[in-house]
Amino acid sequence: MGNVSGDILVFIESRLGLTKRSSLEALSEGRRAANALGSRLHALLIGSAVGGLAAGLASQGPDTVLVAEHEILGQYSPEAFASVLASAVRKTGTSAVFLSATALGRDLAARAAAKLEAGLASDCIEVEITGGELRVKRPVYSGRAVATVRFGTTPAFVSLRPNAFPVVQVSGRSPAVETLAVEVDLAKVRARTVEVRSGEGEDIDISEASSIVAGGRAMKGPENFGLIRDLARALGGAVGASRAAVDAGWIDHQCQVGQTGKVVAPGLYIACGISGAIQHLAGMSTSKVIVAINKDPEAPIFKIADYGIVGDLYEVLPKLTEEVRRLKEQ
Amino acid sequence: MRIAVCIKQVPDTEAKIKIGADGRSIDEAGVNLVVSPYDEYAVEEALRLKEKHGGEVVAYAVGDDRAATALRTILAMGVDRAVHLKDAAFAGSDGLGISRILAAAMRPEAFELILFGKQAVGTDRGQVGPRVAELLNLPHVSVVVALLVEASTLRAEREIEGATEVVESPLPAVITAQKGLNEPRYASLKGILAARKKEIRVMGAADIGVDPATVGAAGAGEVWEKLELPPGRSEGKILKEMDAASAAKELARLLREEAKVI
Repeated sequence: MGNVSGDILVFIESRLGLTKRSSLEALSEGRRAANALGSRLHALLIGSAVGGLAAGLASQGPDTVLVAEHEILGQYSPEAFASVLASAVRKTGTSAVFLSATALGRDLAARAAAKLEAGLASDCIEVEITGGELRVKRPVYSGRAVATVRFGTTPAFVSLRPNAFPVVQVSGRSPAVETLAVEVDLAKVRARTVEVRSGEGEDIDISEASSIVAGGRAMKGPENFGLIRDLARALGGAVGASRAAVDAGWIDHQCQVGQTGKVVAPGLYIACGISGAIQHLAGMSTSKVIVAINKDPEAPIFKIADYGIVGDLYEVLPKLTEEVRRLKEQ
Repeated sequence: MRIAVCIKQVPDTEAKIKIGADGRSIDEAGVNLVVSPYDEYAVEEALRLKEKHGGEVVAYAVGDDRAATALRTILAMGVDRAVHLKDAAFAGSDGLGISRILAAAMRPEAFELILFGKQAVGTDRGQVGPRVAELLNLPHVSVVVALLVEASTLRAEREIEGATEVVESPLPAVITAQKGLNEPRYASLKGILAARKKEIRVMGAADIGVDPATVGAAGAGEVWEKLELPPGRSEGKILKEMDAASAAKELARLLREEAKVI
């Protein structure tokens, strides 16, 4: 058990006609795993008109791209998507399924794994293959421990934390594109998305950003988040916040990083006036580079920071924004 | 309205984490155990729906003897009765096993709505709600921040990256609760006293008709082989006692030249 002898299938998520970058991360990791196992890699597109996205997946090297199209699949439905994914797994003889651990990916993974009576490791940050066996690592207990997981059932479902894996380009592959007949009885789909409202909050969502500038209690009020926004814009990144700032009503809760907010893993995380409570660290401790700006030299955030400034953020942030703009223009 | 709410007892989020002697789990000695915070939103929503529509709220928890304390806590909030799913065969269950146990226990009850927290803090799997929905052949909506239940349908809002999805579904259905759905109440003294007299029914594998080989460590799909403390980060470069302009300039230089993130 747990041996991955068959193929690997990666679910590709798209929204508004665009493939999610985090799905390309999952596909790249799928390629790496398939190479280590000497098995085949399938990408699965599900939607109302997603066939056009198949060509864009070639650089991540799938052997085949399966396309499941139906009008009703234009909006996410757990029941319909899980049926399509399960039938793709059965048809391909897949023994491992990778998905990005987005809102959709986490939901779909759970329902599809139940359908196939399979184990699922959620929100993984590492995938390793040794002796033909798949193991993954996932942070647990708010990031205060890391579990190494093997699988006791087949197929193995793995959801991958967005931004925790690189997108790798491979050349010289042209995948076969195949249509996957949608055999689910779509009339029986009960829970249906009737509306998708765009967030009124910030420009870029934190779960997809490559850099995040986050503000905490020391921001003192909504008006000071302008300092955070300015630096985020200069970096091309997103605005985040601690629970304290969100609960105080200074910023939209979509921006909250941490245990009761979102888990993020950007390339650069700048924590401004955030002390670094365990619940906040749970949401950002796997970021690649962590920067802390805080008045209090004893703030716990400095213990996990790669770089930091002990100082007044109201003085430091405008200078830092200016400096970043200058460097970007060079 | 017949409502079920499933909860899990977990280590307090502030608890100090020590790796157990087996190297695969945490050392729970001296760790304070609480009802998982997201489950409290599910309990609160169940109680509000009962207050509005009438009916009964039944709680379920899988766990050893200690889980009875968690059930007593939510009975004090106003839950009517509880089922404690306890069996040596349940120990070591993953999301696959827990969902099998809960689905088997709830199947004969034909609830109109089953509520969960979006994930248990600690193991952070976020699987059991959707899995139970699939096993009971029910629709589900996960990570819900707003819920309206009328006669035989529900309308729920769930958060996705940068947007909110509005989902409609007929009942019966499964919901998983996210922060923002409501503000959970505290138990009143009267509630605490009343909870002492409420029923907690203990049921094992045989009572709910679950094959012990399909649950617990024996039936697990996600097997924790090793549990470690996270790799320590090397000590950071912290700039102190510098004026703001020089510190900002030096930080930007380090981020560009050394970390290569700008």
